[in-house]
Amino acid sequence: MSIIQIQEVSKFYADHTALDKVSFDVPKGCIFGLLGPNGAGKTSLIRIINQITAPDEGQILFQGKPLTKDHIKQIGYLPEERGLYKKMTVYDQLMYFARLRGMEIPAAKKTIHAWLEKFEATTWKKKKIEELSKGMQQKIQFIVTVMHNPDFIILDEPFTGFDPKNTQLIKDEIENLRNQGASIMLSTHRMENVEAICDNVVLLNKANVVAKGTVMDVRNSLKDNTYSLTYKGEINPTGFKDIVIKTQEQKDGNTTLHFTYNDKPNIQLFNNPSIEISEYREVIPSMQEVFLTLTDNSHE
Amino acid sequence: MNNIGIITGREYFTRVKKKSFILMTLLTPLLITAFYGIIIWVSVGQSSTVENQNIVVVDHSGIFMNKLEAPESVVFIPQEYYSADQLIVSDSIDAVVTVPNGYTIDHPLELKYESMSSLSVSNSSRIERAFKDVVRDQKLTKLGVDQTTIDSLQTNVILRQVKVDEDGSTSASNIGVNTGLGMALAFMIYFFIFLYGVQVMKGVIEEKTNRIVELIVSTVKPFQLMMGKVLGIALVGLTQLTIWIVLTSILSGVVGLIIGLNMGHMQELQTAANNPAMANVDMHQLQFVSDFLALPLAKIFGIFLFFFMGGYLFYGALFAAIGSAVDSETDTQQFMLPITMPLVFSIAVSFSIVIGDPNGTLATWMSIIPLTSPVTMMVRLPFGPPDWQVYLSMAVMLLSIIAAIAVAGKIYRTGILMYGKKVSYKELAKWLFYKN
Repeated sequence: MSIIQIQEVSKFYADHTALDKVSFDVPKGCIFGLLGPNGAGKTSLIRIINQITAPDEGQILFQGKPLTKDHIKQIGYLPEERGLYKKMTVYDQLMYFARLRGMEIPAAKKTIHAWLEKFEATTWKKKKIEELSKGMQQKIQFIVTVMHNPDFIILDEPFTGFDPKNTQLIKDEIENLRNQGASIMLSTHRMENVEAICDNVVLLNKANVVAKGTVMDVRNSLKDNTYSLTYKGEINPTGFKDIVIKTQEQKDGNTTLHFTYNDKPNIQLFNNPSIEISEYREVIPSMQEVFLTLTDNSHE
Repeated sequence: MNNIGIITGREYFTRVKKKSFILMTLLTPLLITAFYGIIIWVSVGQSSTVENQNIVVVDHSGIFMNKLEAPESVVFIPQEYYSADQLIVSDSIDAVVTVPNGYTIDHPLELKYESMSSLSVSNSSRIERAFKDVVRDQKLTKLGVDQTTIDSLQTNVILRQVKVDEDGSTSASNIGVNTGLGMALAFMIYFFIFLYGVQVMKGVIEEKTNRIVELIVSTVKPFQLMMGKVLGIALVGLTQLTIWIVLTSILSGVVGLIIGLNMGHMQELQTAANNPAMANVDMHQLQFVSDFLALPLAKIFGIFLFFFMGGYLFYGALFAAIGSAVDSETDTQQFMLPITMPLVFSIAVSFSIVIGDPNGTLATWMSIIPLTSPVTMMVRLPFGPPDWQVYLSMAVMLLSIIAAIAVAGKIYRTGILMYGKKVSYKELAKWLFYKN
């Protein structure tokens, strides 16, 4: 079951195409990475899902039904460009956004208190946003995004401005929300975070989808039969036929070979008594590598 | 609809809770009252404390002796002789008027006025008139006219305007009252449109530069956000206006009591009948008040409120559109001009040409075209423009508000999400036709 289905969505501007027949599904209850370099069309797509703008072609289904204004209250959005009213107090601000999302005042009060407590922020309640540090402001912005208990949460670069401790706090909170049944779309450039918390991803490049699936699927899709062998000892690796050495590195008396097989594993190499093997594995590209490979536009 | 209410509430409460708003709202009536209080206090205080001028009259002709009637706050002291040296050492004598030898009523000569300080125009003419009256009376007596006839020749002419309406009813029309009221109302609207229109624009720019707008328009329609802002700020203005009116009325009442204006005034008015010289002034003041009260004040105030809100909504929507199209306040100049020009034009022309001819062609057109009508109609209103023109102007205003909000809404919707782009008028025109 999908929370969101993007079907053949296109968006054209006067001088360029922001999205070109983009299609993918976001499964329910997962953390979904929306990846892509700057200008790939992520923000355009997020704005369309938020109904800030409308697609020129295609449609979006929310829980199986065409997306309408009624769904807005089921969506939480953390924009990349953070924005809060600087002169308003934390509490007034949270209450304002809670009410715009259709929460009743008593319920909103309870939720605001619960969140402020969770983020150890109850003492900031009466403070104006401009009096808070950047990290504190980010926390308030995060509360604004999730306090109305949305089914679908869009987080655009949620970790910017946080120190490692608070980054972990936000990560835990995102996983918490997922475990409570929310579906989360995460747009970020930090691939290590994607690997750490995303279940599924889609990678956009130049208005098109270039990869989609689970993180493992996407990484596996780019593997090219390369293996890595780390050993101690003196041999001449080029002497083994059937393997093609890609790289060879020496470190602390260890040698690491990256190679591909022509046909089958060469038994000679592994049975060689003059080396001591410490690691042998298939090389699966990291998300960072996947990203760089698939969005490499340099040859164009 | 509910969202507009929530946004309106935020715009309203964040503004009325500001210290600057509270200060300005409370201080302005105090300042206005203090200003008028001082003026009244000074003028009232002056008339009662001005010292009499003692003027020695040395009459070598004998014509004026015992016949001079001293004007207000002047005492004539007849003397056979009074030298300039005496004047210099004297504390009590302010001036000497010498009537030369050989002065006759048929052959008047120049009178000499000697004083240590120069004479004001009003005192000079009052003293001149005192002497002139004596000569005239003597001439009339010589012609055989008796004193009672001479007294009865004193006549004052007051032009009393009465406006005749189409249905035959008449009402008082006082140019002074009409002009004063019209200008005051027009200026208030002008001031309000500028002050609060710019606030709308600043508010929009704030939301745009803080990027709050992206978050809000993911929840509410841009149009709701714009309307909430425009309406919220309108309520702030109405609150301020109401407080100003109430406070100014209370304060001026209090100040009036403190100065004792009311008491003194009533007594003066009662004695006015016996004092023909004073009667003119006070009759005039009385007339001023009664003419003011005779105006259709409820109707004027109702129409004022309409244009107060209407003018603001019309211009406020345009200000919102400007705010959405730019990235910072410094970029607003080029778009501000076409909005501020008609406003400045309307107040400049209304305070000169329209006041001179409140029912002329220019006045009529300016009070119907929505860019100038809020200001111009206020200037015309106390002069009683034809009803159909007032209603036509209001209808045009209503339609223009709807049009302005529709146009502004389209520009706003595109503008608030457009960053880092220098916008031209051509670009703005394109936005009007964007689908979404």
